[in-house]
Amino acid sequence: MGAVMSAGGGTLGKLAGYFALLSLFAIGGGNSAVPEMHRFAVDVEHWLSDRQFADSFALAQLTPGPSIIIVTLIGYHVAGVLGALVTTLAMCGPPALFAFFIGGAAERFKGAVWHTVLSRALVPVTIGLTAASATVVASTADYGWIGIAITLGTALTAYYVRVHPLWAFAVAALLGLSGLM
Amino acid sequence: MTAAPIPGSSEALPANPLPPPAAPPQVRPSLSELFIAFATVSLSGFGGVLAWSRRMMVEERRWLTAEQFNETYALCAFLPGGNILNFSVILGARFRGALGSIAAAVGLMGPPLLLVLGVAALYAHYGEVAALRHMLTGVASAAAGLMLATVAKMARPLFRSRSVSGPLVALGTFASIGILHWPLPLVLAVIVPVSIAVAWVRL
Repeated sequence: MGAVMSAGGGTLGKLAGYFALLSLFAIGGGNSAVPEMHRFAVDVEHWLSDRQFADSFALAQLTPGPSIIIVTLIGYHVAGVLGALVTTLAMCGPPALFAFFIGGAAERFKGAVWHTVLSRALVPVTIGLTAASATVVASTADYGWIGIAITLGTALTAYYVRVHPLWAFAVAALLGLSGLM
Repeated sequence: MTAAPIPGSSEALPANPLPPPAAPPQVRPSLSELFIAFATVSLSGFGGVLAWSRRMMVEERRWLTAEQFNETYALCAFLPGGNILNFSVILGARFRGALGSIAAAVGLMGPPLLLVLGVAALYAHYGEVAALRHMLTGVASAAAGLMLATVAKMARPLFRSRSVSGPLVALGTFASIGILHWPLPLVLAVIVPVSIAVAWVRL
């Protein structure tokens, strides 16, 4: 499948450049960049199909660790192990350098006015981005009425009760397996 | 200030935290301790690592007080990229400088990277098996639901306050990315300055 697709330096360079740039726009955590990854990887570059993208998202959720690990799966799909490593490094490197050099300095200005302003300004943006991520993921999965039911059921349950994600995923996987999808 | 809620991570909070230590602990973990702590946090964190990192750093190892954790995490939410990655870099640097950052970040990302490579190889072989596809579609649907619940929780205070600008910014961001599928850098270049200007005026 995609993993055995041959990839020249051009593809690796494109992966590195794109994800390094994207990493600096991923505010409010990795999931907020999911719609942009989908736009580029599926709509623009046709590296993955809609379903493969939704599967990658699901697999990243099922794997322990930061959810940003979805970029590793995309990289692997495009250019094998090397693609996975390049993509992960591109997504993690720039923010890590940023945090290393800016983080310590910013800490000294804690409580400053711009800190409050920035916080108030970014929270609604993050909310909008997360809502967009949920929509994009839901619309790329092979979506039948039972998929909609799972999404809404999980959302309602998790809103009112504290749900461990693995329980939600296990129930959803069984519902999916029931063949009704 | 309060820490911004972290998307996708609020569901996994381990219940019943121990009372946090009162005084700031005077500790200086070694490079291997940093690596092991973040690797452990990473591998035990499903659907968001925030809750687990809090449990380990504040309650188990007592490297940070609850206040220090919140402050550091709030800072990480401003910086681009995954919050927990920023957290590992900043905490590693605080204890052990550049090498500490590397030890913590590699501990955080290394083990899940290896794990997900195995997952990717399996998917490449079995991705077309109908049973697996149905299960993954179920999981993706549930993950979308979890994100919606997180959005609802985050948005509650926003929509409860009398300000209209916050909800408008949230809706504008959602519509341009989630419905119109516009490029993220373009949208942020417009909406972030607008949002900052509004927050500044309302200060």
